[in-house]
Amino acid sequence: MNEINNSILTLILLVPLAGALLVAIAPDRAKLPNWIALLTALVTFGLTLHLPAHFVLGQGGFQFEVNRPWIESPAIHYHVGVDGLSLWLVVLAGLLAPIGIVASWNTIKERRKVFYALFLLQQTAMFGVFVSLDLMLYYGFWELSLVPMAILIAMYGRKDGPRAALKFFLFTFIPSAPLLVALLWLYAQTGSFDFVTLQILISHGSFSASALCWVALAFLLAFAVKVPVFPLHGWLSDTFSEAPVALAMVVAGKLGLYSMLRFHIGLFPVQARAVAPTLIGLAVIGILYGACLALVQRDFWRLMAFAALSHLSLITLAIYGLTLTGWEGAVYQILNHGVVDAALFLLLGLLYDQYSTSQINAYGGLAAKLPNTATLFVIATLGMIGLPMLGGFVGEFIILSSTFTGVSRSWTIAAALGVILGAAYMLWLVQRIFYGPESPLTASRPGNDLHPGQLAVLAPLAVLMLVMGLAPSFWLAAIQTGVHPPPLKQSQASPANVLVLPSMSIPSLGEGPR
Amino acid sequence: MNSVPDIFRILPEVILTLTGVAIMLTDASLPSGVARRSLGWVGAIGTTFALWASLWQLSLPVGTGFYGTVETSPFTVFFHVLICGIVLVALLLSMDTLPENSHHQGEFYALIVFGSVGMCLLTGAVELLLVFISLEISSIATYVLAGYRKDTARGPEAAIKYFLLGSFATGFLLYGIALIFGATGTTQVYEIARLAPTAENHGFVLAALALMLVGILFKVSAAPFHVWTPDVYEGAPSPVVALMSTAPKAAAFALLLRVVYEMFPSLHATWLPLLWVVAVLSMTVGNLAALRQQNVKRMLAYSSIAHAGYLLAAFAGLGSSGIAAASFYTAAYAAMNVGIFAVVTLASGYDEQRPLVEDFRGLIYRSPLLGSLLIFFLVSLVGIPFTGGFFGKFYSFSAAVGGGAVWLAVIGLLNSGLAAAYYLRLALAAAQRKAADEGDAAIPTPQVGIAVGAALLLAVAATLVLGIVPNDVLRAAEAGAHTLQAPPVQTTASGNAFVQQP
Repeated sequence: MNEINNSILTLILLVPLAGALLVAIAPDRAKLPNWIALLTALVTFGLTLHLPAHFVLGQGGFQFEVNRPWIESPAIHYHVGVDGLSLWLVVLAGLLAPIGIVASWNTIKERRKVFYALFLLQQTAMFGVFVSLDLMLYYGFWELSLVPMAILIAMYGRKDGPRAALKFFLFTFIPSAPLLVALLWLYAQTGSFDFVTLQILISHGSFSASALCWVALAFLLAFAVKVPVFPLHGWLSDTFSEAPVALAMVVAGKLGLYSMLRFHIGLFPVQARAVAPTLIGLAVIGILYGACLALVQRDFWRLMAFAALSHLSLITLAIYGLTLTGWEGAVYQILNHGVVDAALFLLLGLLYDQYSTSQINAYGGLAAKLPNTATLFVIATLGMIGLPMLGGFVGEFIILSSTFTGVSRSWTIAAALGVILGAAYMLWLVQRIFYGPESPLTASRPGNDLHPGQLAVLAPLAVLMLVMGLAPSFWLAAIQTGVHPPPLKQSQASPANVLVLPSMSIPSLGEGPR
Repeated sequence: MNSVPDIFRILPEVILTLTGVAIMLTDASLPSGVARRSLGWVGAIGTTFALWASLWQLSLPVGTGFYGTVETSPFTVFFHVLICGIVLVALLLSMDTLPENSHHQGEFYALIVFGSVGMCLLTGAVELLLVFISLEISSIATYVLAGYRKDTARGPEAAIKYFLLGSFATGFLLYGIALIFGATGTTQVYEIARLAPTAENHGFVLAALALMLVGILFKVSAAPFHVWTPDVYEGAPSPVVALMSTAPKAAAFALLLRVVYEMFPSLHATWLPLLWVVAVLSMTVGNLAALRQQNVKRMLAYSSIAHAGYLLAAFAGLGSSGIAAASFYTAAYAAMNVGIFAVVTLASGYDEQRPLVEDFRGLIYRSPLLGSLLIFFLVSLVGIPFTGGFFGKFYSFSAAVGGGAVWLAVIGLLNSGLAAAYYLRLALAAAQRKAADEGDAAIPTPQVGIAVGAALLLAVAATLVLGIVPNDVLRAAEAGAHTLQAPPVQTTASGNAFVQQP
């Protein structure tokens, strides 16, 4: 068992890569690439489930850790591991892969090999971002994740793929230049890229404060674009309208938000506290701005993009509220948002495939024709807007209550307003697409309801949303061990065991300026 | 002085010369109707032997031969292997892409091999006159190769432009050599290093440094000495561009390293700001100009100017870290650049009927292999991790940051973000579907033969190895850097520290 624990993360990284190679080599016959990809994704998902099954709750530090030298000079290590923070994110990434493949099953008709090979490569990159504990390794995966995404958007874009791909790539690639300089500067100062080592060295404060401030800003900028945080969201709506459904599910949010928690707040707690008020302000603007724009969109991909901006801003708010409960809520909400978004994108993708338009007003009265689609769409919508008993409620409740008690009441009220607007645009979307009189377009074509394969994916997602709403403690238990500080004494006794986020030692903003 | 026979010090060059002579003689003795393609194999085999001979030179003690004119050290071996590797790939590439009925194929291969003699000799030369001679050997071969397509208007234009400007640059170098001879009374690099700090006429030394830098920076096509690059690259046949954008540059960078680190370490404070400015200019000018190019080869020409800039950033590094980074970058740059020119050669054909970015649209649909390779090499040029391009940039800029030039690194990396825009334009064009109304029946699918397949395989493997397991190459580069004896700047007072061991 120990051996499995030691190699599980490496396996999770390698299996999609091997699958990608296999897809690239195998002949492009019928649906062979699809099946190989699906099988790979399912195996990988199975492997990710090993993590929570053998994760020791309440134990500080990283688990399933592997630390081997990779490059001698400069010292870059293959250092991977998960803690409560990344545990469920890895599982989520594993879960989304088969869903994405099912969503692309009939949509991708040309060059299947390229699509599935790159999709699996993207998968490796994403796992890599979540488990890397060496900053250079992390940076490698971070950059790597851009390439398949950009190429796939260009190749399979709906209208003007290359333009959207270029925009996406440049938006996310250019801010990573300062990030790399920051990493190199840290290395030049400390001689280490190791996350844990750097965390200790930085917390001992042997750097000039102003330089560290710039370094932290470089980190933040790269992450904020990727989330995206208002006003850096320029790439989001184009990417959402062009990206294949399987990629739109994973393009925004998770990577950036996780990186903020782990590498910005985790490494630079002091600097993070300094910029927190600004980010809280931007997050609240993002919540309201995204919600307002989502209300007036006529294209459902763009609506989803601005909805995502709004929801991700809410999570950003929770992260930079710098409260423990806020962080728990944030991680939980990332999970929930991932699941709900996957379901919504899958369903919208099916509609787009059948009617080849994303104009909302072209639809109408589909509920009678496609009852299963409608039912699941409504459930996912309710999950998104935070109906009690579904996952969204728990996440939003924790975030808003922690902001209310820990940060600022007025910001909370503004953010809650965004949540209400969220209910408005989502329900209005449902009403326009599924209810009301049948539109000429939907009347003219026979509707195909979900086929068993899609149902087999969506029904468990709906159940998952329900379970996440009813028994959140199952997930929160692990998240808490990732977010909560270790007993202070222990961390001083053995610095090697310092936990993920020593930033807990900062008093929460509760005492800070209201 | 040492027991190693002098001939061993130039063994790779000897092998290459013999190969070249053999090719020429065979070419002359073959009847005119017979295809000369197989002469390429002769060249390839000879180059492979030269490569092995270079590696074998590692077992020799570090030192000089022929009265202190040629050096063998890990540094020279590193560049010898690199140059032989590039020449090998260029030969393989030419064999499948030169037109079958070309009567001058024999000369073509011989010129490539003779040029590589000059390049190899240049990296080992520690006597300025030999530097000059070897530079000329390599340049003259390249001038002729650049104008190989005599029947087109662009071919001779490229050759003449390259020749005239190149001669000027060599003239500058020669003036520099003359001045340093005047100041120190010697043309031996170690002697100059010893005498230059105490030379009476310091102005001469400074002028010599400046003139030599002009000559060398021209050869590496760094801004503001880059204007010849796009025209020459556009006019020359693509396999030649694959060669001349990498191998002579690698040799010139080796010379630059030798000149600044070994000959003028005492003038560190003078040449560093100069190179700093040239680095920033090269990256910025190269990238900004490349953004607007529609012709793929011109775009890649500007991109190579930008890459010269990234490479020069490494010179800001302290001591041997800068040398190692620059050497590594040269290798990484060569691997991916040879690769991309190989793909471009195949995709746009020898006579280049389809040279524009627009013409590459849908390449991945026409030829999945070439399309994927094009994207792969472009991704490496962008500098995405797990490719050689990334570690090249990484080492270069980490050397710069280590040397305190944080702003140089910031400018460089922002530039590489800018560069992503035009690389991606090409990559995304290749990935894009053709519009339905354009039939692609007119465009033949490029064929990948054995020789060119081997060339591509070598380039891909090198790019991947440099990106995933760069340890060995880096160790080699560091070993080379140590033999170059980059002294810390502060100790320049005692000039004796820099004299090489023999």
